[in-house]
Amino acid sequence: MLSVSNLAIARGGVPVLEGLSFALNAGEALVLRGPNGIGKTTLLRTLAGLQPPLAGEVHVGEDVLAYAGHADGVKPTLSVTENLDFWARIFGRSEIAPAIAAFDLEGLTSRAAQNLSAGQKRRLGLARMMVTGRPVWMFDEPTVSLDAASVALFASAVRTHLAGGGAAVMATHIDLGLTEARVLDLGPYRAAAGVGAAEFDSDEAFL
Amino acid sequence: MIALLRRDLAIAVRAGGGFGLGLAFFLVVVVLVPFGVGPDTATLTRIAPGILWIGALLACLLSLDRLFALDFEDGSLDLLATAPIPLEAVVGVKAVAHWLTTGLPLTLMAPVLGVMLNLPGQGFVWLVISLALGTPALSVIGAFGAALTVGLRRGGLLLSLLVLPLYVPTLIFGAEAARRGAEGMAVNTPLALMAGISFACCALMPFAAAAALRVNLR
Repeated sequence: MLSVSNLAIARGGVPVLEGLSFALNAGEALVLRGPNGIGKTTLLRTLAGLQPPLAGEVHVGEDVLAYAGHADGVKPTLSVTENLDFWARIFGRSEIAPAIAAFDLEGLTSRAAQNLSAGQKRRLGLARMMVTGRPVWMFDEPTVSLDAASVALFASAVRTHLAGGGAAVMATHIDLGLTEARVLDLGPYRAAAGVGAAEFDSDEAFL
Repeated sequence: MIALLRRDLAIAVRAGGGFGLGLAFFLVVVVLVPFGVGPDTATLTRIAPGILWIGALLACLLSLDRLFALDFEDGSLDLLATAPIPLEAVVGVKAVAHWLTTGLPLTLMAPVLGVMLNLPGQGFVWLVISLALGTPALSVIGAFGAALTVGLRRGGLLLSLLVLPLYVPTLIFGAEAARRGAEGMAVNTPLALMAGISFACCALMPFAAAAALRVNLR
């Protein structure tokens, strides 16, 4: 569903990862590991098409990916239902009840998102992925501010998604209990300092 | 796209959405002008179309920096960029929402404030028509400026400076059409030129703004 060959990526004009290749098939989950600053977020943003790679290719079908970044994309003055309903409609869908149930948001549906706790808001952000209907989910630190019970909810939602033929890529530091997930340590792919920086900088400056 | 429009309108009219900000600013400017220049009705009549246009333009400018900045901060813009809707359409819809919550109310409020500036009776129609045709250009040009400055902290200053020269043609022809209307002269030429600027901006600016957003989202 998603394959990457010989990918090199840069953050702010500085190459962070290079020579990265992997493939992700239906039903698989990939966990990205590595110390802070290794380029997990940059890799996810590159896969999502938000920034171009330095070199290499990302092979992914159209309308396949759904991306969840550090921020949840939740509007504070809209209610939980309105927020989810908006994202469902943006992706041309209307079913939000399963997402609300999966992330235990039933008691909060009419509450404005600004009155949610950090963990509840994060659950709403994760529930958003379910309403997109996209097969490949990409999460950037999905478990930040979640308690143990919510992490379990998240893990079971991902497992259900995988069982339904979906796939997931996530950057996380904690163990989700997803034993079937493959772990990709990004450490060995760290870009050699300075390589490729010069020509990329000029390109950026030109833009 | 309808969903995006409805969401933006809903956010704008709820608490803290900034719907009333532009209108209140317009009101303040127009109410203060007679105090500043004196109550001489002949002077007020002469400057009324220009003051109303400048007031509307500045009121429009006031709400521009929120156009993409809020979506950028809470991550919605990243998600919209990866959504099935093209970014050009996102820009277009957000500019329409901005116009519906800023340009349209300003246009409807202008004749009421025209009374305070002793605008001649024949000028009201042309004032409303010129604003109705000109304010969409202000919104889409503003959307382009907002897209250019979206990643910057305190981008409002740069945004105003970037957008101001782009607003000048619209202001010149818009205020000229309103002035000629008020003095009973033919308004065809300035009105046609302004309508041309407005339509060209609506057609081209969403593409420029979407390109600017893509660069800023990297």
